[in-house]
Amino acid sequence: MDMPVAKKKLGLKERYALMTRGLDWQTTYQPMDKVFPFAKYEGIKIHDWDKWEDPFRLTMDAYWKYQAEKEKKLYAIIDAFAQNNGHLGVTDARYVNTLKLFLNGISPLEYMAHRGFAHVGRAFPGVGTRVACLMQSLDEIRHSQTQIHSMSNYNKYYNGMHSFPKMLQRVWYMSVPRSFFDDAVTAGPFEFMIAVGFSFEYVLTNLLFVPFVSGAAYNGDMGAMTFGFSAQSDEARHMTLGLEVIKFVLEQDPDNLPIVQRWIDKWTWRGYRVLTLVAMMMDYMLPKRVMSWKEAWEVYFEQNGGALFKDLARYGIRPPKWLDQIEFDKDHISHQAWSTLYQYGGASNFHTWMPSDEEMDWLSAKYPNTFDKFYRPRFEHWRDEQKKGNRFYNMTLPMLCQTCQIPMIFTEPGDPTQTCYRESTHKGMKYHFCSDGCKEIFDHEPEKYKQSWLPVHQIYQGNCFNPGVDPTAEGFKPLPVVLDYYGVGFGRDNLDFEGSEDQKNFAAWRGAATTNV
Amino acid sequence: MAAVAAVKPYEFEAADRLENFHGNQLLYIGWDQHLMFCAPFCFPLPPAMPFRAFVEQVLPGAFGYHPEFKQIDWSKAEWLASGQPFKPDWDKSLTDNGLAHKAVLRLRTPGLTGIKGSAT
Ligand SMILES: [Fe+2]
Ligand SMILES: [Fe+2]
Repeated sequence: MDMPVAKKKLGLKERYALMTRGLDWQTTYQPMDKVFPFAKYEGIKIHDWDKWEDPFRLTMDAYWKYQAEKEKKLYAIIDAFAQNNGHLGVTDARYVNTLKLFLNGISPLEYMAHRGFAHVGRAFPGVGTRVACLMQSLDEIRHSQTQIHSMSNYNKYYNGMHSFPKMLQRVWYMSVPRSFFDDAVTAGPFEFMIAVGFSFEYVLTNLLFVPFVSGAAYNGDMGAMTFGFSAQSDEARHMTLGLEVIKFVLEQDPDNLPIVQRWIDKWTWRGYRVLTLVAMMMDYMLPKRVMSWKEAWEVYFEQNGGALFKDLARYGIRPPKWLDQIEFDKDHISHQAWSTLYQYGGASNFHTWMPSDEEMDWLSAKYPNTFDKFYRPRFEHWRDEQKKGNRFYNMTLPMLCQTCQIPMIFTEPGDPTQTCYRESTHKGMKYHFCSDGCKEIFDHEPEKYKQSWLPVHQIYQGNCFNPGVDPTAEGFKPLPVVLDYYGVGFGRDNLDFEGSEDQKNFAAWRGAATTNV
Repeated sequence: MAAVAAVKPYEFEAADRLENFHGNQLLYIGWDQHLMFCAPFCFPLPPAMPFRAFVEQVLPGAFGYHPEFKQIDWSKAEWLASGQPFKPDWDKSLTDNGLAHKAVLRLRTPGLTGIKGSAT
């Protein structure tokens, strides 16, 4: 007689061993090096992939269950937000411009992160690493989707959010976040992990997500706040992966240290440059501020990052390069960036404005050594001109940095009155940079960065017009046709917030929702 | 300069080589101490353009919004090319002035220090 055997329930550790590590095998029909062709060319030496630790020990079946629960909750909130006209509850319609920045510039990068982790997951010969990367890859596509779904609500009512995938590819300042990720996904798998897994997800991520998610909370945006919280538990896993990868690589071989250190230097700098957009958002675009950029940098980078690098010192890692410049610049970059987007407001896909008196006072208080001296006079001048009907729209295209692709808006370390110019010559041609960091990154791999798709140069080469446009025609005006190519409606998606359709509509709808008119 | 680590030969053309600009070359110019213009400007210009035409016909459209632009005493203006002192011959072309593709100029106007002396 058959005795029913009680199924033995597997413990977490056993389950992980069977369902992750147990899935690996050594290939015999093809050599392992041919199956994993990207594992060695970067010079990183791994002797034992089994030494890889995964503190979460999450298996795919548990992953699906867990994520499905979160999705259910999130979509219930998104639906409620839509049904209750949640968008009318935000502080002020200016706030929506931070979402435009996010949807156009960040959500597509989540998608790129999904692709990147799928690719490196395939490339690593270690199964523990592969599974961790697969999960992060799925997380990232989920982030991208939930963000798009949350913000699609706003797209029904406000301008500038109608074609974000196209805009990421085309709009000039979008080349900053886009080129960051293109740079990372075209690197080898180990560099990608240090770039995105460690430098971005571990060192800098709080500087991206805290401002946006707290910004949403402070400004009454339940929809955006919720996707932030839904992503948070994933972020904990991503941070662990980023830290694990760096420790694992450093423990495997002493030759890995100089390579990893150079990547940390490079990617902290690249990431920091991208965060210029966040700095500007925090100090200028949130009607109700969370904290200043400078304060955020001090808490999330100087304090938290400082502790991290102290911890990594035992592997021989030192803090990233150019931190002295970053420290000096924390008093400047948000103001420099807002000046830029304000004056090129005729060529962007969101609205800009000059801060009110009260907002300028807040900026003076947060930046006592720099705001009144360098930036208030500029802004007051522009505000006065705007009142006279002479609002500043800079119509001449700027010089861009070859590496970070940001216009050359940054100043000399130690001298905020002087634009910082750096250049290199490679194979007889000059290349220009915003900083020592961007120059050094170029100098290490000129063959890569000489391919940069710099929007200004591309416009001048005639590559940013729709088919049928004739730039040689009599009286040809480039701006309207370039905006056409971007998918930006002139005067509707861009220019000043004051007088915009967004401003008028929000006032009318909120009025209808809160009064009896 | 190091090479890009790659699995096969890694060789590409520069995206901004001269022949891509339809007969023009790029010239950059920034006006020192006038950060109202957030970054230096980039222009595609015919290499044969006289320096005078660049100053008299191109620059006003770019810098004219600044109230100090009209006050510039061009006889006292100082120039830097790639950070080195530069004495342009106003009647010679960009090329004959030694300005090749992607040359960068800095204009200095002593005495003009921007809006309320703030380098704006
Ligand atoms: Fe993400
Ligand atoms: Fe740069």
